[in-house]
Amino acid sequence: MKRFKDIISGIYIGFIAVLLYAPILVLIVESFNSSRSRVTWGGFTLSWYVKLFNNNQILEAFITTVLLAFGSAAIAILIGVPGALGIHAMGRKRYKTMMALTNIPMLNADIVTGIALMLWFVHFIPLSFGSVLLAHISFNIPYVILSVMPRIQQMNVSIYEATRDLGAGPVYAFFHVLLPELLPGILSGFFMAFTLSMDDFVITYFTKGAGVNTLSTMIYGQIKKGIKPEMYALSTLIFVLVSLLLSIGTGISAKKEH
Amino acid sequence: MNEAKSNFTSRRILLASPYIVWVAGFTILPLIIIIHYAFTDAGGAFTFSNLGLIFSPIHLKAVMFSLEIAISSTVACILLSYPMVMAMRHLGLGKRTFSLFILILPMWMNFILRILAWQMILSNNGILNMILSWFSIAPLKIANTGTSIMIGVVYDYLPYMMLPIYTAIMDINEDLIEAARDLGAGSLTIFLKIILPLSLPGLLSGIVMVFVPSMTSFVISDILGGGKLQLIGNVIEQEFTTANNWHAGSGLSVALMIFVLISMAFTTKEHKEGRESVIW
Amino acid sequence: MTMTKRLISITILTALLSSMLLGCSSGQAKGELTVVNYSEYLDPEMLDLFTKETGIKVNYEEALTPEEMYAKYSSGAVKYDLVCSSDYMMEKLIKDGELKEIPWDSFENKGNIGQKYFDLASAIDAKNAYTLPYFWGTLGILYDTTKVKAPVDSWDVLFNGDYAGQVIMQNSMRDSFMVALKKLGYSVNTENPDELKEAQELLLKQKPDVQAYLVDEARDEVVAGNAIMAVVYSGEAYLGHEYNENLAYVVPKEGSNVWIDCFGITKHCQNPENAAKFLDFLCREDVAKANFEYIYYSTPNEKVIEGLSDDEKADETLVPPANAMDNCEVCVQQSPETTELMNELWKEIKAE
Repeated sequence: MKRFKDIISGIYIGFIAVLLYAPILVLIVESFNSSRSRVTWGGFTLSWYVKLFNNNQILEAFITTVLLAFGSAAIAILIGVPGALGIHAMGRKRYKTMMALTNIPMLNADIVTGIALMLWFVHFIPLSFGSVLLAHISFNIPYVILSVMPRIQQMNVSIYEATRDLGAGPVYAFFHVLLPELLPGILSGFFMAFTLSMDDFVITYFTKGAGVNTLSTMIYGQIKKGIKPEMYALSTLIFVLVSLLLSIGTGISAKKEH
Repeated sequence: MNEAKSNFTSRRILLASPYIVWVAGFTILPLIIIIHYAFTDAGGAFTFSNLGLIFSPIHLKAVMFSLEIAISSTVACILLSYPMVMAMRHLGLGKRTFSLFILILPMWMNFILRILAWQMILSNNGILNMILSWFSIAPLKIANTGTSIMIGVVYDYLPYMMLPIYTAIMDINEDLIEAARDLGAGSLTIFLKIILPLSLPGLLSGIVMVFVPSMTSFVISDILGGGKLQLIGNVIEQEFTTANNWHAGSGLSVALMIFVLISMAFTTKEHKEGRESVIW
Repeated sequence: MTMTKRLISITILTALLSSMLLGCSSGQAKGELTVVNYSEYLDPEMLDLFTKETGIKVNYEEALTPEEMYAKYSSGAVKYDLVCSSDYMMEKLIKDGELKEIPWDSFENKGNIGQKYFDLASAIDAKNAYTLPYFWGTLGILYDTTKVKAPVDSWDVLFNGDYAGQVIMQNSMRDSFMVALKKLGYSVNTENPDELKEAQELLLKQKPDVQAYLVDEARDEVVAGNAIMAVVYSGEAYLGHEYNENLAYVVPKEGSNVWIDCFGITKHCQNPENAAKFLDFLCREDVAKANFEYIYYSTPNEKVIEGLSDDEKADETLVPPANAMDNCEVCVQQSPETTELMNELWKEIKAE
């Protein structure tokens, strides 16, 4: 019986994995397709990987995307972590209000968030890289707060307070008591924010200025005329690189758990 | 001592001030502006007509279709997620990092590209029909239909359903299940009486995180619907990018927001205090 | 107290940081041009070349349809110096007073553009004062010769149900209405509401037979065999034939639309000299050739056409023959009432 259940479980997980990874496999195959058209197979080639490094537009969009993801995730941490600590110390009523406000960007449709921010920006600041960055920080902060908050709730605040009572400065207490406790939450918040920012299309689409392109908006523009094969090559490279990094990370933390 | 403690607490609240400023500037202010647009016409006069646009037959149709897609996709995500999480639990794949790995990794391939890949898989002469033909199965005609939009939506948002359910179920104490088993409960009873109720907070988070975006997406329906089918997200997007009517677009957005908030209020009413932060 | 101070400084820092980010991107330096064009409608390497030669930086933005372009332009969120759009949209911009006259005197390469293309553009810009022809072509049917039952020469094949579920229409209001209007024997630029409603009925009746409403992706769908025929621009037909030699292109006998995309300088342009430099640069033979080879649409640049191989010159999708334009019309801007009616009718079609 147990064996039978094992097999069924394995098959089901396999099925979901196929569902999740089938399109990715298609895209990886496309990156080796020598035909410019995605619907015809022209034979195997590595030339798109070479051409990728001469394609300034795509590389520029890639750098913009990464800067945006890194910058917005980092600033979201700087604002969100103290924010979560502060909200946690609030009274019940204010706590609930702040958490409700935090949930708004998550509950709201991306399109509404994007448009609301665009209408705001159009009135006060020029659409540019800066406006996209502000928009990304805004949708990242809630994720940071929601990843850190459970950690804060589990944490024994009195240890921090005891440390302070014993005469430790706030900086010392922060780095030696608070940070180690919060670190897993901060890291997962950062990772989530980074990933969401990398993958965002809708909010970027509405808040970007002329000449600012992330990979998502660039791909959207290319849909009609046909995606540049270099784009498949770049996506494959990113995907493989992240897989490797995450495997190493998983390996390390799996060892730790043992 | 008590005084010192409250002193700490009140100082700690101050830590939130940058965030409060941010919320005021980038959450509340934009909402005020979009609401302002929604309730004014091109001349700046107050009007309800933009909000009322949602009830015009054309838009109502898009809303109903969006609801259909959102509800069926959410249900499909739930039905796919529970067996997956149970199977992972059964096989002892209880390591958070591993599950994150499997479920988050696809997000590192750009989402528009992944949806385009589904288009290549599902099209009339596509990969799926090619595989079916090897088994002499008649080709499926799902390209440019609601079904193909649904497949895209389920695909894109499945991790958002699985992760919270996973977190909730993995937190269930094994002793509890062992105890139930010792008392003679069957697998089904254990699932219905223990696992399902205890996973409810995760399920609710999952519903929120899948229902809202699937109701309002416009890129997936654009690519997989072949321009024949419109979600309310497409209608709003076109008001801004094509028809150039920001007031109508804002009105529809606000109507959509009200609708989503109402339906979410129903879903999350029973949300337990302190569990609202289940994402992982 | 120190805590409070620190908090205040953090808040100020945040404010500073954001203003810094905004600061560096606001304001337009003198040596910059902001251009909006259709997507994939200019070889990006030419932008780099232009910057290298003149020191003028180009902020390049793309739009998918004339309507989207107009929305981007008129929102005022970004002030564009140069726009490239289709005939009727350029006419709207001219009539609304959004364009400046092009200082032709400063051009060195204007002569490369054939006079007949300026004549074509005169339908929307009578004195050729505001617009520079960029690319042009016709709208017709791209079809798979191995799958059609009879020769294709009329718009009828899209409507008579012979190819139900195998037809791709243009996801663009003017283009789809053009097909229906031409089939009914009306003008592309009709202002008659009854004719428009008749065209809408035809399109509504056709909708169940339509596989998808696409723009340029239509070409790939026919290449891949997902559909038998599609309404496409002539340039797309050339590329379709490159990928699948069984494909053919026809401009139906009822007539069609001949379109011409033009560049214009907007009234926001602070430095028309730089804008003119950019337009003149586009007319230069090497640049026009690079753009032609990037896009493969019909170019109005006669120097480029002269340099084509005989095969390419003979290809009607690249160099449409003189008579191809005979029963074709240029889309001009209709009255606001007609545009609004058409918008409504099109919305109904899409919502059905």
